Amino acid sequence: MSMVTEAPLRNAVPTDQELIDFVVREARLIDQQRFDEWLDMYADDAFYWMPLEWNQTDPRLTCSLMYEDKLLLSIRVERLKGARTFSQKPKSRCHHVLQTPQVDSRDATANSYVTWTAMHYVETRLDEQTLYAAWATHHLSVENGKLKIKLKRVDLINCDAAFGNIQLFM
Amino acid sequence: MTRYAGNAAALRALVRDQEVHRDVYVSEEVFQLEMEHMFPNSWVYVGHDSQVPNAGDYFGTTIGTQPVLLVRHTDGTVKVLHNRCPHKGTRITSETCGNTGKFFRCPYHAWSFKTDGSLLAIPLKKGYENTGFEQSHAATGMAPVRHIRNYRGFVFAKINDGGLDFEEFFGESLSSFDNMVDRSPVGQLKVAGGVLRYMHNCNWKMLVENQTDTCHPMVAHESSAGTVVEVWKKAPPGTRKPMAVEIIAPFMSPYEFFENMGIRIWDNGHGHTGVHHSIHSDYSAVPGYFDKMKAAYGEERAKAILDENRHNTVYFPNIMIKGPIQLLRHFKPIAANKTLVESWTFQLVDAPDMLLERTLMYNRLINAPTSIVGHDDLEMYERAQEGLHSNGNEWVNLQRLYSPDEAEQTNVAVNGTSEWPMRHQFRAWSKFMTMGM
Repeated sequence: MSMVTEAPLRNAVPTDQELIDFVVREARLIDQQRFDEWLDMYADDAFYWMPLEWNQTDPRLTCSLMYEDKLLLSIRVERLKGARTFSQKPKSRCHHVLQTPQVDSRDATANSYVTWTAMHYVETRLDEQTLYAAWATHHLSVENGKLKIKLKRVDLINCDAAFGNIQLFM
Repeated sequence: MTRYAGNAAALRALVRDQEVHRDVYVSEEVFQLEMEHMFPNSWVYVGHDSQVPNAGDYFGTTIGTQPVLLVRHTDGTVKVLHNRCPHKGTRITSETCGNTGKFFRCPYHAWSFKTDGSLLAIPLKKGYENTGFEQSHAATGMAPVRHIRNYRGFVFAKINDGGLDFEEFFGESLSSFDNMVDRSPVGQLKVAGGVLRYMHNCNWKMLVENQTDTCHPMVAHESSAGTVVEVWKKAPPGTRKPMAVEIIAPFMSPYEFFENMGIRIWDNGHGHTGVHHSIHSDYSAVPGYFDKMKAAYGEERAKAILDENRHNTVYFPNIMIKGPIQLLRHFKPIAANKTLVESWTFQLVDAPDMLLERTLMYNRLINAPTSIVGHDDLEMYERAQEGLHSNGNEWVNLQRLYSPDEAEQTNVAVNGTSEWPMRHQFRAWSKFMTMGM
């Protein structure tokens, strides 16, 4: 199956392989900086969450590195295209290495599927290259025959470290 | 090569009326002298006493580059101790914060200390008999920082005996702390929500200066705040403005907005932007909050507290607070070209949770290494840190709205785009750097 274009689901209930392919495709779209297609993978009420604390449970009254709805994610994507986005002159590039995503839970009745993916993410700009190790948890559901991300949670192994700018998406 | 050590005249010559020499940012020697003189001569923020609520609680931090411990002693008072064993220098605590019980125990040779630093016991004590140990520096235990002051929960310390006393050093600037604390119906703050940490490859003073630099937002933040404004324009009419847009969009306000908002100058490098209004002025009301404030303070006083919308208050040398959203940023110097930023948030005790929610959202949208607004700023600091190595010009210009008689003036409110606060910070820098030299 090609990862380059979106593959339609064969049935209303996605197979494990379809869930895995979806998660892998998401990382690929980020690496290829196809951010508009990437945003389309998110449901309208989706959140992208990067906790600040180890095992954080509350995104509201505990600070996060990111806790963004689709509006904020689309602002980030627009910003990356901006003529006066100086922190992206020159642009950053990134690279994901994923372990095979594991399907942690599937509930067709509730239309809810959760995958867990260990990954290394590298972001680079100018002469600097930084490696981050993380686990991505995807909460997925089927909307109008397509898989969509309801929540992507990225837990950095060193979530509480002092970082420089992290500019793209893990 | 040393050019500045013991040379007060050379250090003073780095700061002119309208410009400063690049060595204040790039010279490692000047940085070392800041650590030896300027920070120890100043009242430096250590931490908030809500971080150590119970006896034995401790929090490890730095004054300049010196490691210290904020600790709650058994008698309930807060102490600041140099975080080093008097024996071999080992840092006493293994974690940044925690509870040590009734005493500290050095993990290397098990020397132990009461929570005020005094020596409690050492193993194999017989080996020190007849050695004159009682007269040694080590016998006095972990050295306390003698000059400390807890101002409404905010703990400051001064390492040197000389210099100004606390009230002289801060003067009227403490009104910004008062306003932040008074925003709680019971007049109390609590550290909450976790601390954001951000590493900057630039000099710490660039960050301090930027807190009162109102000519950069509409330029540097066009990429972030400008995009927010553009994206928000496309929302269907009547859509409720999200909290995130309320927070980021005002950074794109025009020059006129910042000129009119005003800057206040106090003694010793302190000051704040937002005398009349600020980017925090137009946040939506939080349900139930004003009623609580009115019940606690009366309507008139409650209004006066909440109408104060100070934007950034700089406390020289290295913190900034934002009263209207209960946030404190600590700019911790590591090297001439390296600074750790800690961004702390506070909960207003007995106020609605939504206020903390907004504080945390502000912190992650503006101050985080994963924020987009913060990306804009760090890019500029790091470019400046590199650009200053150019020999084309050794001076940094701080001339905007300079007035020849300004050095003698204090507690004045001036045009909001003036670079007076930065000139004023450098006058204080020069004073505390060379004090007692």
